[in-house]
Amino acid sequence: MQQIFNFVIKNKTFLLFLLLFGISLALTIQSHSYHRSKFINSANGLTGGVYGTFNSIDKYFDLNDQNEILVEENKRLRQIIYNYKTDTDSSYIDSTFISSKYRVTVANVYKNSYSLSNNYLTINKGEKDSIREDFGVITSKGIIGIIDNTSKSYATVLSILNKKSRINAKLKATRHIGSLKWNGNSPLYVQLVDVSNFAPVKVGDTIETGGESTIFPKGIGIGIVESYDTDIIGDTYTIQVKLFNDMSNIGTVYILENLDKKEIETLENSVNE
Amino acid sequence: MNNVAATHIIRFILLLLVQVLICNNINFLGYVNPYVYIVFILLFPIRDTRLTLLLVSFLLGMLVDMFSDSGGVHAAASVALAYSRPVILKSSFGMLYEHQSIKFSNTDIGNLITYVTLATILHHFILFALEIFNISSVILILKKTLFSTIFTVIVSVLIIILFSRNRK
Repeated sequence: MQQIFNFVIKNKTFLLFLLLFGISLALTIQSHSYHRSKFINSANGLTGGVYGTFNSIDKYFDLNDQNEILVEENKRLRQIIYNYKTDTDSSYIDSTFISSKYRVTVANVYKNSYSLSNNYLTINKGEKDSIREDFGVITSKGIIGIIDNTSKSYATVLSILNKKSRINAKLKATRHIGSLKWNGNSPLYVQLVDVSNFAPVKVGDTIETGGESTIFPKGIGIGIVESYDTDIIGDTYTIQVKLFNDMSNIGTVYILENLDKKEIETLENSVNE
Repeated sequence: MNNVAATHIIRFILLLLVQVLICNNINFLGYVNPYVYIVFILLFPIRDTRLTLLLVSFLLGMLVDMFSDSGGVHAAASVALAYSRPVILKSSFGMLYEHQSIKFSNTDIGNLITYVTLATILHHFILFALEIFNISSVILILKKTLFSTIFTVIVSVLIIILFSRNRK
């Protein structure tokens, strides 16, 4: 017993090093392997408070860009409104009877990273704004990612620029589906893999969300085809997609909650059983 | 003694804020960032016990991790740097270290640069190896280590020189 104590006291520095290094390694491995339930994340009061204070100063320097983005979006929405009215002039539909499928929440981005190999954003809406895991996050131009961790008033978003991100997407022209990943190289491009090589892919085609999951509705823009090549096996395409969003400049995002999600999931689970 | 402790606490907080609010957002050439918070570990008093240094480095790394959502990579790299600091000190300062008489405020500039460079290479290699976590992209790890090391060494040496009192 005495010897054990002596050993511990003699090697206390090394043992403490091993302990602390082991804890950090465990946290690192956990963050690489699990999709969610991370122990250390920036959705907490301390980091949120610091980022919030800094953001309130920082956003003044960005007002011009954000205004331009808003003007663009207004222009697009106005176009939709005017076209909608002329289309349905004869058969008027009272919109109060159409049940909405998605609830939209606006949030400010407090922290955004795009140069690491696993990128996350921190936003200023959390559980008290009824934001939960697995809600989709978009901007006016296209998708950003999926809600990963939430705290009372903050949430982290698993960016599409993250090696763990998998999003269902399709070619707009032909509806061939694939899965959207990121290889970690450039923040301007993501990769659409597992596209059947029956699909007539052309450079410049639009890629949008597929609507097969309950996270994103169908038809939200992602990017355009930059280049493509066949897989090693030769029966699927890997497509380089140039993103619509400039991932390095994101100020305001929209969070989408699918109100039918529970119903769809119960239905799918009952089919599986 | 209290005065010294206060200096270190202020330095801890300032370096952490500078790191997470400014340096993490530089992204020079797309991905090169300086990690200046290691200046705190480098300038930690030598006479203090190594256990304190290990614990404080772990805390600092963990806080940087928390702010940048990176799991535990900064904590691991900081703890490794803190543990191997005596070896680096000995190899860059030699006799001075053995006599326990280094004052970072008036050491030879060449020795100081050697010390910061060795420490930064070790820290950044562990950091990027754990962050990328894939042996097949070893070239990317080395590339990121090299460029970030250059950036960090320049910024750190400037910080140490600028903020040290009575340097000749």
